[in-house]
Amino acid sequence: MNSVFIAAYLALKEVIRNRGRFLMVALVIALITVLVLFIAALGEGLSDANRQYVANLDAQLIVFLEKSDYSITASRLETNTIKAVRRVEGVADAGPIYTSNSEIVSLPEPLKISMLGVEAERPGMPPLLGGRYFRGGEAREAVMDMSVAQRTNLQIGDVIEIRSTQGTEDEFFTLTIVGLVDKQAYFFQPTIFVPPSTWELIRPQPEADLSSDTPYPNIVAVKLQDPSQIEEMKMRLQERVPNIEVADIETTINNIPGYSAQQGTVQTQGAFTLLIGILVIGGFFQIQVLQKVPQIGVLKAIGSSNFVVGLSAVIQIIFVTAMGVGIGATLNYLFSLGLPPTIPLAFNGTRSLIAIALLLFIGPLGGLVSIIYAVRIEPLKALRLG
Amino acid sequence: MSDVALEVRDLVKTFTLDGAAINAVNQVSFQVKFGEFVALVGPSGSGKTTLLSILAALLTPTSGQVVIDGQNLALMSEKERVKLRRERIGFTFQANNLIPYLSARENVEFMLRLNGKIEHGSRIRSDELLARLGLAERLHNLPAQMSGGQQQRVAIARALIHNPALVLADEPTASLDTERAFQVVETFANLIHENGRAGIIVTHDLRMCQFVDRVLQMQDGNLVRVYETKKEIRELVSAAVH
Repeated sequence: MNSVFIAAYLALKEVIRNRGRFLMVALVIALITVLVLFIAALGEGLSDANRQYVANLDAQLIVFLEKSDYSITASRLETNTIKAVRRVEGVADAGPIYTSNSEIVSLPEPLKISMLGVEAERPGMPPLLGGRYFRGGEAREAVMDMSVAQRTNLQIGDVIEIRSTQGTEDEFFTLTIVGLVDKQAYFFQPTIFVPPSTWELIRPQPEADLSSDTPYPNIVAVKLQDPSQIEEMKMRLQERVPNIEVADIETTINNIPGYSAQQGTVQTQGAFTLLIGILVIGGFFQIQVLQKVPQIGVLKAIGSSNFVVGLSAVIQIIFVTAMGVGIGATLNYLFSLGLPPTIPLAFNGTRSLIAIALLLFIGPLGGLVSIIYAVRIEPLKALRLG
Repeated sequence: MSDVALEVRDLVKTFTLDGAAINAVNQVSFQVKFGEFVALVGPSGSGKTTLLSILAALLTPTSGQVVIDGQNLALMSEKERVKLRRERIGFTFQANNLIPYLSARENVEFMLRLNGKIEHGSRIRSDELLARLGLAERLHNLPAQMSGGQQQRVAIARALIHNPALVLADEPTASLDTERAFQVVETFANLIHENGRAGIIVTHDLRMCQFVDRVLQMQDGNLVRVYETKKEIRELVSAAVH
C-alpha cells in the first residue's frame, strides 16, 4: 500500500511541478480525442441516417422477393404476399413497406425526402410522438419524421407540396401533416410516411407504371409471436410463402446499398487515428523516460523498487491521458452544440463511449515501452550517465 | 551489539576488457565503525567508485564479502538488497542527486516516505536537519532554484534523515568551489559523528581529508595505505596543499 502511495505521490508531484509540459501533452491527446470522437460520431451519424428506420422497426424479420439479395430497392413483392405471410403460424402481424424518393417543394429550399408507404398501426409504421396516424385509402395525409421538422420548421397541421415525376411530366400533390415520429431517417434522407394507396398515386414512376394503381410493396416487416424463434420462423416463412427470401434486421441493414463499405471506411479511419494516438503518446513518454534516466537511477539507488518506478509511470500516463480525453470530450460536446442537423453527427452513440474507453486505454498501451524501459534501468549505469 | 557498521573481507571485482581480466578491486579488506568518518582516496581508475558501488549494493563483487550492520550482501536477494539500500544506507552522488520536481523539504522527507516512516514529527525533523545545514530559507525551493552546494547539502540531509547505518558519498564536492566544498564536508563529518553513523566519502581532493577520522588510499584496485592517526592525515593534507 505504501508503494502505491509513493508511486502516486511521485507521479502527481511531477505532473503538478511540470504542468506546462504535461498540459501540452494532454492538449495533444485532447486533439486526438476530438478527432476520434468526431469520426465515431460521424460513423454513428451516417449509420443512423442510413439504417435508423430499419433498425427501429417493430419487427424481427423482413420478407424480400426471392433472389433480390436482401436489397430493399431490388425487391418488389406480389400484393397477396402480405396476406400469405400473416397466415403463417407464429406471425403476430405483418405490414407492407413501399419505398421511394420525393421532394417537398413548398419550402424556401426544396427538401429531398424518403417517402415510405406503410399501413397505420402495422409493423413498418413507427410509434407516434405527436398528432395522429393518417387515414386509409387515398387520404392526402402524411406523418413526418422529426428530422423533417428540424430542417424545415414544419408542424402538425401544415400542408406540404410534393413534386413527383410521373412518366415525363412533373406532377404536384399536396399533403397535410397529421402526425410526428422520431428517429426514422432512411437512406440518408429525412422521411415522411403516407398510406399505400396515396404512395402509389404520388410516387415518382415511369410511363409503364402509370396505367396501374396497384401498389407493390418492396418488403414486408414481420412481427413474431415469439421473437426468440427468428431462425425457425425464417425457415417456416420461406417454406410456406412462395417466391420470397427472409432476413433478420441485422442482415437487412448490412445489405442496404453502401452501408457496409461506408461503415468499414469510417471504422478504418477511427482505427488509424487511435494508432496515431498510441504512437504520439508512446513517443512522448519514451522521450520523457530517456530524459529522466539519471533521476530514475537515483530513485532506484536510494531504495525505490521497480514496482514503485513502474507504477509511478503508469499512474502518470493514465492521469495525463484521462486529462486529455476529458478536455477533448468537453471540446467535442461544445462543438456538437453548434452543429446544424444537416450534418450527420451523433455524439450520443455507443461508438462515442467505446471510443472514449479506447482512448483511455491507448495511453498506457502507448506508454508501455517507456514503462518497461523505466523498470529495466540499472541504477549504476544511470548514475554514471548522470 | 557490534560497533562495526561495515566490514569488507577480501573483496575482489574483476572486469574483462578485450579478453583480458582486470581487477578493479583486488583483495580489499577493512572495517568502519559507527561514528567513524572515512575517506577513500586515490587517482582516477584506482577502483574507488567500483568499491563504493559494491558497498552500496549496486554492484555484485566477484568474490569476498561485504557485511553492513550485520547483514551479509552475498546472502541477500535483489529485493533484500533494495530494502537494505532503502533502510540501512544513505547516499549522496556527484550530481543529479535530487528529484528535480520535489522541493528541498520534500526530497528529504521522501526517504521517510519510502521507508513508511512519515509521521507527525517527520516534518520538524527534516526542517531541523535542513536548518542545521544552513537551508532554513530554502525549504520550499526546487533543486533548480538552489546552487550546487545547497543541493549537495539537501542530499546530505536526505542521506541522514532515516538514520542509516552507513552513509556513502561519491565525490560530493566535485562540482563545488573550494570554500563550499570545505563547508559541505565539514558539516557532513559533524553530522556523522553526532548521529553515530558510519560514513565513507570518496574524493580525489586530499584537502577534504582534514575532516575525516581515517583515510584509505587505493591504487590499481589495491588498498595501498591506511592513514589512521591525526598526524598522518595532517601530513597527507599538508602535502596536498603544497
